[in-house]
Amino acid sequence: MSDVRYTKDHEYVRIDGDIAVIGISDYAQSQLGDVVFVELPEVGKTVKQGAEAAVVESVKAASEVYAPVSGEVVEINPDLEAAPGAVNEDAEGKGWFVKLKLANPAELDGLMDAAAYAAFVETLS
Amino acid sequence: MSHPETDLPLLKTPLHGAHAALGARLVPFAGYDMPVQYRDGILAEHAWTRTHAGLFDVSHMGQAKLLGPDHATTAAALEALIPADILNLKPGRQRYSQLMADDGGILDDLMVTRPGAPEEDGTLLLVVNAAGKEADYAHIAARLPAGVTLERLDDRALLALQGPQAAAVLARHAPEGAALDFMAAGPTTFDGIPVHISRSGYTGEDGFEISIPESAAVTVWNTLLGEPEVNPIGLGARDSLRLEAGLCLYGHDIDPTTSPVEAALVWSIQKRRREEGGFPGAARIQRELTEGPARVRVGLRLEGRAPAREGAEIAKDGSVVGKVTSGGFAPTLNAPIAMGYVPPALAVPGTVLNILVRGKALPATVVTFPFVAQRYVRKSEQKGA
Repeated sequence: MSDVRYTKDHEYVRIDGDIAVIGISDYAQSQLGDVVFVELPEVGKTVKQGAEAAVVESVKAASEVYAPVSGEVVEINPDLEAAPGAVNEDAEGKGWFVKLKLANPAELDGLMDAAAYAAFVETLS
Repeated sequence: MSHPETDLPLLKTPLHGAHAALGARLVPFAGYDMPVQYRDGILAEHAWTRTHAGLFDVSHMGQAKLLGPDHATTAAALEALIPADILNLKPGRQRYSQLMADDGGILDDLMVTRPGAPEEDGTLLLVVNAAGKEADYAHIAARLPAGVTLERLDDRALLALQGPQAAAVLARHAPEGAALDFMAAGPTTFDGIPVHISRSGYTGEDGFEISIPESAAVTVWNTLLGEPEVNPIGLGARDSLRLEAGLCLYGHDIDPTTSPVEAALVWSIQKRRREEGGFPGAARIQRELTEGPARVRVGLRLEGRAPAREGAEIAKDGSVVGKVTSGGFAPTLNAPIAMGYVPPALAVPGTVLNILVRGKALPATVVTFPFVAQRYVRKSEQKGA
């Protein structure tokens, strides 16, 4: 299993070497409903853990997406502009938002692993 | 859409259990626990209503009767509160209007029906918004003359069946209802159940609203859902459908600060009332009709895909000129749309403005309402009285 961590705000971060792939969890997309637009940061921008990194818009409302870890944006998902529905179809796969160059791996320690996140989501329903 | 100012337990419509069984996501709305969407989601429900027939539970809305000795008396009592011509409303016809504040602002919007049966002469049927119904009823009841009374119809459910296949579906169960003209209404039966049907709605599509004794609500709901053309539709798609149709949502596009003239609802104030006045706020309405309002509600079509939401500022040449009152993504157009208020000089279709969204000035062009063509079925050309 790849190393995926989650925040209480329902972002995930998947670690691949020193690259952190960030998006919203499958639970988050199911709660948001149909995603119609994702506003992504520019490549080269530095984001801090807990700061706004993106905005996801469903038919109903806009929601902020916070960076689960700090780092520099090295890539954004180019497919989301034309096909934001990928977030609904495959939130933790092809519906990823941004890739960061991980600034401080120790930040991962404060996040939930998949089992802990699943237990956390259980408490919400 | 939430109603956070109250800790009271949420009210339930007679169809609450049916929604839960269908896998609806229930949210607080106007004090009720209401389905915002079912399993298919808002985009699919929206598209289904535009192509087939969507079934909505709108039982949270307020249904009431005004009872008086004859039509002229009851109509005069209501005309003292709203700017529509009710006196000349024909039997069996329905009209949209607004409950007016003394300063010309809008307290709520409502539908008024004059029953067709001679024995109901002197009765008017009202449908008001859920969020405002207690205040509306108190406002109306306090202002009625002797001999005219308000009767709440709290024991009735209300369903909306909307979409191009709605008439064909309804014809199997309530053929008299299916034969109504747009903005006509009357009592009939649905598979033998006494109901009251109007050909109207809040989606821009042809469709019907069916008022049912609450004890029969589940039966009618299940019967309609059993038809292959019909899917249940939640409040999320109801909002995106009405936005595409250019229809106002009370508390957002119209409120106590907006007048019907500003809100581009002059069509709902018939000529006699414009000239004679005699309703709260008439002085402001007549002044705005003569001199023009300070601002007017317009439709805005945004470039790109980013939606602009309620509260976003509208700008021209860097200066803020207005605010968005409803905005979102229009599934039929696959593009963001909004409505809001701007000065009349900037309300000309084709005018390019900006809407400020998260610090970006998104280009938005003023367009005429509706955003998506309405498909009402008018069998006869009705002359405004």
